[in-house]
Amino acid sequence: MTNSSLTTITAKPVPEETQTCWSCGTMRAVHFCESCGKVQPPAPVDYFTFFGLSRKLNLDIAALDKDFYELSRKLHPDLNARAGSQEQEWSLQQSSLLNDAHRTLKDPIKRTQYLLKLEGVELEEQSKTATEQARSTGQVKKQIVPPDLLEEVFDLNIQLEELRIQKKIGEDDPALIEEIGRQKLELEEKQESLLHELEFRWKMWDGMIQREQNGQPVSEEERKQERDKMVDVLNRRNYIRNLVRDVGEALGN
Amino acid sequence: MSTDRIVGIDLGTTNSLVAFMQGESPVVIPGDDGSNLVPSVVALDQDNRPFVGNAARNSLIATPERAVYSIKRLMGRGVDDIQEELKFFPFRLAEDLQAGEVLRIRLGERTFTPPEISALILRQLKRNAERFFGAQVTKAVITVPAYFNDAQRQATKDAGRIAGLEVLRLVNEPTAASLAYGLDKKQNGIVAVYDLGGGTFDISILKLHDGIFEVIATNGDTHLGGDDIDNLLITIALDDTLGDLGLDLRRNAGAGQAIRKSVIEAKIALSSQSSVNIDVELPCGKRYLREITREQFEQLIQPIIDRTVGPCKQALKDAGLKPEQIDEVVLVGGSTRIPRVRALVKELFRREPHTDLNPDEVVALGAAVQANILGGGSEATENMLLLDVTPLSLGIEVAGGVTDKIILRNSTIPASATQFYTTQIDGQANVAIHVLQGERELAKDCRSLARFDLKGIPPMAAGMARIEVKFLIDANGILHVSAREQRSGKEAEIQVQPSYGLTDEQVEGMILDSFDSAEEDFRQRQVIEARNEATTILAALDKGKKSPAWGHLTTDEKKKIAKMEKALIAVQAEDDYQGIRKAIDALNQGTTRLAELMMDSAVSVALKGKTMDEADMGEGPTAPHPMAKAEFE
Repeated sequence: MTNSSLTTITAKPVPEETQTCWSCGTMRAVHFCESCGKVQPPAPVDYFTFFGLSRKLNLDIAALDKDFYELSRKLHPDLNARAGSQEQEWSLQQSSLLNDAHRTLKDPIKRTQYLLKLEGVELEEQSKTATEQARSTGQVKKQIVPPDLLEEVFDLNIQLEELRIQKKIGEDDPALIEEIGRQKLELEEKQESLLHELEFRWKMWDGMIQREQNGQPVSEEERKQERDKMVDVLNRRNYIRNLVRDVGEALGN
Repeated sequence: MSTDRIVGIDLGTTNSLVAFMQGESPVVIPGDDGSNLVPSVVALDQDNRPFVGNAARNSLIATPERAVYSIKRLMGRGVDDIQEELKFFPFRLAEDLQAGEVLRIRLGERTFTPPEISALILRQLKRNAERFFGAQVTKAVITVPAYFNDAQRQATKDAGRIAGLEVLRLVNEPTAASLAYGLDKKQNGIVAVYDLGGGTFDISILKLHDGIFEVIATNGDTHLGGDDIDNLLITIALDDTLGDLGLDLRRNAGAGQAIRKSVIEAKIALSSQSSVNIDVELPCGKRYLREITREQFEQLIQPIIDRTVGPCKQALKDAGLKPEQIDEVVLVGGSTRIPRVRALVKELFRREPHTDLNPDEVVALGAAVQANILGGGSEATENMLLLDVTPLSLGIEVAGGVTDKIILRNSTIPASATQFYTTQIDGQANVAIHVLQGERELAKDCRSLARFDLKGIPPMAAGMARIEVKFLIDANGILHVSAREQRSGKEAEIQVQPSYGLTDEQVEGMILDSFDSAEEDFRQRQVIEARNEATTILAALDKGKKSPAWGHLTTDEKKKIAKMEKALIAVQAEDDYQGIRKAIDALNQGTTRLAELMMDSAVSVALKGKTMDEADMGEGPTAPHPMAKAEFE
């Protein structure tokens, strides 16, 4: 520990996955030893592997939660507070990995994004941060308007601009507000339906992974197609989510 | 084993407590004045030696410039963030305070940083525990408001270190309270903890299942509490005296403290009475008199307690829950004794809140439970595990002064995030990182935690370096950062410039000040305490000799007692505390029959089964309790 207000930890290379428990040496150990219960050094694994899952997207959340709580009971620093400093360090690393993995996998969008990242996809930045950043630096944000939304978005943006102008001069047009509110509802419905579309893409992806697991070769072309379709759904969903947020802000809620 | 004892400490704005697990249930350890609550007030005596607690609180009126209270409000904060506090609290900042320096408060002729003042309170609690156990205490769990940021948490941890305590864990106050409540219930469900204390407000929503206490969402305000109500009443009184008497007491610290004392008493009384009279003697010889009805009081405080509504709603929203889905609501903190606050909580969560445990003690009791878990657990805490969250999002500043959030609020801790950085120009050796905490979009609106400089990056073409920076929030809610250049595998050196807080070296220096004499202090204290105990038992024996029961002893018994008495008197003057203890124990044993006889002959009351030493303990001071004051008025 070097500094008190913000401590730093040394970045140590993560040890290779061990085959035996470092303490009792008997068991094949993953996160903790089945035999003596000791926390093991964290292995450099992705979140799916951490939970012993294959890279499928349709997840049994109840089972994931159950594993999460069971592993928490072994890995949490509170339960390793009397161990040696090295074990405490591993417990902290393992426990944060467990929490990060659980948090990412239990959320449908985060889970999909994470899988795509593992598959080497760089997702388009649609976040509010990117918007703010673009605004403040004057850069044009990289953002693709989904073609089927072009016309609608164009109209909506004109109406939003009108609303902002009216607000500035202290007027308000109840009909305009109602119209924008109606469109917001529509967008929210669309956002919801895109989640169903995403679930359908999961099914396709999982089927492909299953075929692969069954020993049938999957072409890189097919893999790429499935990825691209998911990216497309995510992009459209993000776009609509941001739109809903902008409309909400313009309406003042 | 006793040296491994871990205590639980509630370091409060108004009062502090220390507790531990006695068998299967947590108990509060009283101070030497018999009080469970140690007022979080520090004062200096004529020799500039600090003292803490009730005595310090009592000195506030006579020597206000030598005392400080509500120091928790200043923990982990810079001079810029406390301008509001300075309007209402008589904090006297050191005149030579430099920009960017950790705050220093003046007490008499000395100055102290907020962690040092907190450390004095912690040291008092440590002593109380040591007196109770008859052994040194070096490990503790300390509670903090759930909504405390990194700097405030670090300052609390520093205070522990300065006090000579290894802080095994910082636990969030509402979470600790839920542990105390959940201990004997062991049931599943959703619990909301509403914690309105002296200076801070927290709301936490937890899911309890099979011994796991999982925080789903937390929110709060680290500058909202009973203090704000007091200040409102004080302002009214000061306005009154200025308006009616033409007397400006704003610069009269002693009168201000007299008024503060009486409005606090009035506030407490109004929780059980429909009206109260304030009566303060003013320096001009006149009295300040004012009647406050409960109705007036409730109107007055409504804006303050309404400030708890927003955080409650946000916490529910973050948890994805409706008020109807909350199974139980628990009240914590002295300010939840106010009927209007209780009514508000009932409105918010649509159910009657729980008040089974003393709201002043429940946090300390919970800290003791957590201390027990960390110490390896016992039958009572078997299967209990706390999963807490970080209250605020962690972010880093990116181009254009925007905050890029990398760990969102309400993430279960420990939690981590990894970011990659690269260089902008050829051969660039340093990269600066600005770490922020908060929910706002722009960096300037968030709390600056620290600036990191990644140094020693191997010379490469622009954009070639790939520096992996890992941000990890530990189970205390405190941030750790590590960095590695991936292409070279070289660990990048991190230089931290904390925005607030003490450096390691500063803390070390402060510890040494108190540590130099710690061992000697402890030994001397043990001697003094043993001597005091000897005096007590000898006095009790004198009393016994004058009682009719004395005549019932055999000559042999009397001879034996006289011998032991002489032995104790002889050893009492020496510096050997173990020798004194031994002599006390012997005399205690030898006088058991006398004590019994005294009881039988009804000379004394309620001595059943007690030795003389214990019998006299009952005549000690009683514990002052905030509730008792309600009847005192």
